[in-house]
Amino acid sequence: MSGQTTTLAKAITMGLRAAMERDSKVVLMGEDIGKLGGVFRVTDGLQKDFGEDRVIDTPLSESGILGTAIGMALRGYRPVCEIQFDGFVFPAFDQIVCQLAKMHARSKGHSRLPIVVRIPFGGGIGAVEHHSESPEAYFAHTAGLRVVACSNPVDAYWMIQQAVASDDPVIFFEPKRRYWEKAELDTSAGPPAEALDQARVVREGADITVAAYGPMVKVCMDAASAAAEDGTSIEVLDLRSLSPLDMDTVVASVRRTHRLVVVHEAPVTLGMGAEIAAQVTESCFHHLEAPVLRVGGFDTPYPPSRIEEEYLPDLDRVLDAVDRSLAY
Amino acid sequence: MALAPEEPELVQLLTPEGELVEHPDYRVDFSDEELRGLYRDLALVRRIDAEATALQRQGELGIWASLLGQEAAQIGSGRAMGPNDHVFPTYREHGVAWCRGVDPLNLLGLFRGVDMGGWDPEEHHFHLYTIVIGAQTLHAVGYAMGLQRDGMVGDGGPELTGAAVAYFGDGATSQGDVNEAFIWASVFQAPVVFFCQNNQWAISEPLERQTRIPLYQRASGFGFPGVRVDGNDVLATYAVTQAALARAREGSGPTFIEAYTYRMGAHTTSDDPTRYRIAAEVEAWKLKDPIERLRSFLIRTGKADQDWFEALEEESNQLAKHIRAGCLDMPDPSPMTMFDHVYVDPHKPLANQREQFAAYLASFESTSEEHS
Ligand SMILES: Cc1ncc(C[n+]2csc(CCOP(=O)(O)OP(=O)(O)O)c2C)c(N)n1
Ligand SMILES: [Mg+2]
Repeated sequence: MSGQTTTLAKAITMGLRAAMERDSKVVLMGEDIGKLGGVFRVTDGLQKDFGEDRVIDTPLSESGILGTAIGMALRGYRPVCEIQFDGFVFPAFDQIVCQLAKMHARSKGHSRLPIVVRIPFGGGIGAVEHHSESPEAYFAHTAGLRVVACSNPVDAYWMIQQAVASDDPVIFFEPKRRYWEKAELDTSAGPPAEALDQARVVREGADITVAAYGPMVKVCMDAASAAAEDGTSIEVLDLRSLSPLDMDTVVASVRRTHRLVVVHEAPVTLGMGAEIAAQVTESCFHHLEAPVLRVGGFDTPYPPSRIEEEYLPDLDRVLDAVDRSLAY
Repeated sequence: MALAPEEPELVQLLTPEGELVEHPDYRVDFSDEELRGLYRDLALVRRIDAEATALQRQGELGIWASLLGQEAAQIGSGRAMGPNDHVFPTYREHGVAWCRGVDPLNLLGLFRGVDMGGWDPEEHHFHLYTIVIGAQTLHAVGYAMGLQRDGMVGDGGPELTGAAVAYFGDGATSQGDVNEAFIWASVFQAPVVFFCQNNQWAISEPLERQTRIPLYQRASGFGFPGVRVDGNDVLATYAVTQAALARAREGSGPTFIEAYTYRMGAHTTSDDPTRYRIAAEVEAWKLKDPIERLRSFLIRTGKADQDWFEALEEESNQLAKHIRAGCLDMPDPSPMTMFDHVYVDPHKPLANQREQFAAYLASFESTSEEHS
């Protein structure tokens, strides 16, 4: 019973279950994660099987969730915190940025904070405000946090376990509009070749590199298929880790294709694409045939859902950037 | 006079059976017409809610947060307010919005996904819906501190003085912001009323996940009075809110009102409550319905007759039609509107981004014209 078709959400459930079976110190904390199984059902059935001491339905306070998770971690536990939606992580921001991120360094390495903060992120599900944000850059900007984003069920299954196993705090972004996408998951096949902090070439190509993560990987793969019909060969990278960034993989790809487009839902200004563009410019300037281009959200509040499709990068906007790069 | 309410701490003036009861501290003095007016409010907001729920089911709204069961808490408190009182709501205060004169279609826009609310908070003294749990309680306190500094506190009565009313749920009482709001209001004796609708649930989390003591008792620890009122009794919620508002406006500081009620429906249309609560609980609360009790009172005392109820039913149908038609007529905004109002003074980088996006959109129009 090792191979099965699994949604991304279910793959995380399975990954959490495996992590909890492996280590009795792993505890889950969050709002509505017990009986309800979380609003996305990611923790479905876990409280029933592991009990209320290990799957903790918390009071409605995100600062409380993170602050107490830090205390539990100091006591030797490995809390996995669920933030219900991206827009609700901010009450916990102080605990994450000022406490969680710095405590290992402040204790001169004495304290370890093996905490995972799971955050469903991104738009495209027709939700009301605060339910479609992409706050990853705030966290990637904070030293001491590892920041990752999964894009498919197989990675989701393995990456959540690797995140739980990490002795550093990990902010774990889940692409909520991909929760229901399915893939074959063979749990006996072992984890992927890449470590948690490594990117992956998900489609090889010769003419241009398109780098993305989380929900945008699928958009870029679709763009690559469409471009192939027109004779353009796009290489697609799934960055997977946003902090640290796996620049070796990015740079190696750009050295082959000489062109780079970075795609994310978050606003382009000071987003992940800005950092990648700067680093690529520094480390392989002479290999570039065009400036690094960014496709992302606008510098506006996330719009009401009836026009969110216009805000979100889609196949056309990715291909538009590809064309502009190739025409350079 | 009927039996005293089953819980001594609970302020109640109208029992679930529709009998008036006396309370030593709170009373109301309504004319028959006013009583019918309250019934009309209750019935119409329930109708708005039912229509919105139906519109969501038909795909016209993205989501809807129903107020079913909480009508009396909202109408009682909403009607107790004066012209200078200001509401800071959550996302469920459709009944309060109604009392303040906000067109229900404004509320629907947010849930349909055509805007973020967008009404002028000062027009009806009804601020924007707040989805981030608890944040608005601090805004209410700050607003109240402004009223205080504007000389709107004192003995001038509701025409000359004002207060802020912060609405929030039982779950919200766990948030840091809400507890900070209590402290600020208390320290500055701000003219604010904390109106907590304890509907027993925060999505799937029961009240016990937020508190070990009755919520209203928390107030004393912060240094102001707390009172628990039957949230399904429109007369009692009116009386208690009126008293708290008077106290706030005259400069005696905040009051915490725990309106003890029940969320009869799902948390929102996205929620499935059968996963976490039993039907018997819902059935028990049905017997305490806020509208039924006023209806039986009006009928039994002859304050409203069959004709009146029928006329109201007709008005309710008209309102439902207005809402349905208005919702279906709501156009999708132009994509370009997302660049509107980001700043008071537009700045160049964003203006450039806007222009580029307009050009990008226009490029599709010209290519589709070429092909046609
Ligand atoms: C800061 C924050 N965390 C989580 C949520 C998700 N959420 C929306 S409503 C809700 C429960 C609120 O319960 P309560 O305060 O009792 O109000 P009710 O919905 O019952 O009216 C939660 C957890 C949110 N909106 N904001
Ligand atoms: Mg509640």
